[in-house]
Amino acid sequence: MPEMSAHVVVAGGGAAGIEAAGMLARSGIRVTLIEKETEPGGHLKGWYHLFPDRRDSREVISYLSRLISHENIDFIPGETVAKIDRKGLSFSVTTGKGGSFTADAVLIATGFDMFRCERKEEYGYGIYDNVITSAELEVMFRNGEIKTVGGIVPSKLGMIHCVGSRDEKVGNLYCSKLCCVTAVKQAMEIKEYISDARIFCFYMDMRMGGAMYEELYREAQEKYGINFIRGKVSEVSVSIDNRLIVKSEDTLAGRPLKMEVDMLVLMAGMEISDGGKKLALASGLKTGENRFLASADNHYGSNRSHISGIFYAGTCTAPMNVTDTISHARGAAAEIIDYLRNTGRHNG
Amino acid sequence: MDKFGFSLSRARVIDYDKNDRRIAEYIYEHEPSFRLCIECGACAATCTAGNFTEFSLREFNVLLKRGENDKVRARLKKCMFCGKCILACPRGVNTRNVIFLARQAFRIFDGNET
Repeated sequence: MPEMSAHVVVAGGGAAGIEAAGMLARSGIRVTLIEKETEPGGHLKGWYHLFPDRRDSREVISYLSRLISHENIDFIPGETVAKIDRKGLSFSVTTGKGGSFTADAVLIATGFDMFRCERKEEYGYGIYDNVITSAELEVMFRNGEIKTVGGIVPSKLGMIHCVGSRDEKVGNLYCSKLCCVTAVKQAMEIKEYISDARIFCFYMDMRMGGAMYEELYREAQEKYGINFIRGKVSEVSVSIDNRLIVKSEDTLAGRPLKMEVDMLVLMAGMEISDGGKKLALASGLKTGENRFLASADNHYGSNRSHISGIFYAGTCTAPMNVTDTISHARGAAAEIIDYLRNTGRHNG
Repeated sequence: MDKFGFSLSRARVIDYDKNDRRIAEYIYEHEPSFRLCIECGACAATCTAGNFTEFSLREFNVLLKRGENDKVRARLKKCMFCGKCILACPRGVNTRNVIFLARQAFRIFDGNET
């Protein structure tokens, strides 16, 4: 490794940050990878199986962990990036605990936060037992059992799509893109645990735009008998025997619909992470109407911020699945290598 | 002679080119949020009138947009203007005002109290 190699600070040790750090490190660039949690991996750590092939998320985490072990990567857990200041051609990066790094370029890969479902109060999350989020269901899968708070195996479950997405009332006009396919995947997996469970997905539109998503939807209908009802749920209440009552319109039948279920899964959308939002505000980075970080160009500059030398990767810019996140991170690494080369600080 | 029971049936098609969409246009003009409806049915799910009578606000909106005015006219008085539908709408449509304007438009274009 050359003495005077360039140094890049990467904010965020999820899939995007790690993938980009790995690529930078392999091309001879020194990387400081800063992650707020004690372990790398981000949201992947909380997920059980990934769509569309339902592989174990631990396989992807173990791939990412191998990247981190590169000698050029200095992994700093339990720390955040609070502020980025331009100092001539380089940057001064201030951490949450008051530390400081000098970097030739900075990559922001601060990811997303799940929509806090209690904000959609009418769905009863945090009010009624057995209204859970899609993330909490993944934990149940990992722990190997799905049970209500009362310890009963649920026989009838509802999944509500678009919780915190496409909803003017919570200030999120955008589609989170992944919740439809997550609902389909999770519905199928519930059936693996509870073979006689009846499952109903309440959707506005089925957005199965990714590779193999539509096929998964078809499989959910054909092999797993999952039911799909087109109607946005207006409210959830509770019956006298503590079952959940879901109200929607069955728009295709043209009549109001009422249904009792034992458990309700809210397909929480994605929002820019709190850390990313604060970092953007402190560092003068632009955000879009959807509050995600706004790239320099939608078509050919999605990895670039409007500040030369600060780059973006992954879900800090928009909702994205793991595959797209990793591709986006590679794009970011390529942009950074290019930038360092053009400014005379890297010849790898 | 046996009667065969044949008669002329009215076509069930929505004749989009012939239908009168002035009512819908009037609402678009005075309540532009009407264009944002994606027919999710949240309004109809929460609607008290819709839970007890043959009324779906979602269907009402679609019929308006297609110019199926006779069907709309028959449903005009179902709404009680409680406004719960506005709270449920994920697109921010001022649903209550849509019905209010529809009543107004029928008065203007039909020339009578509907």
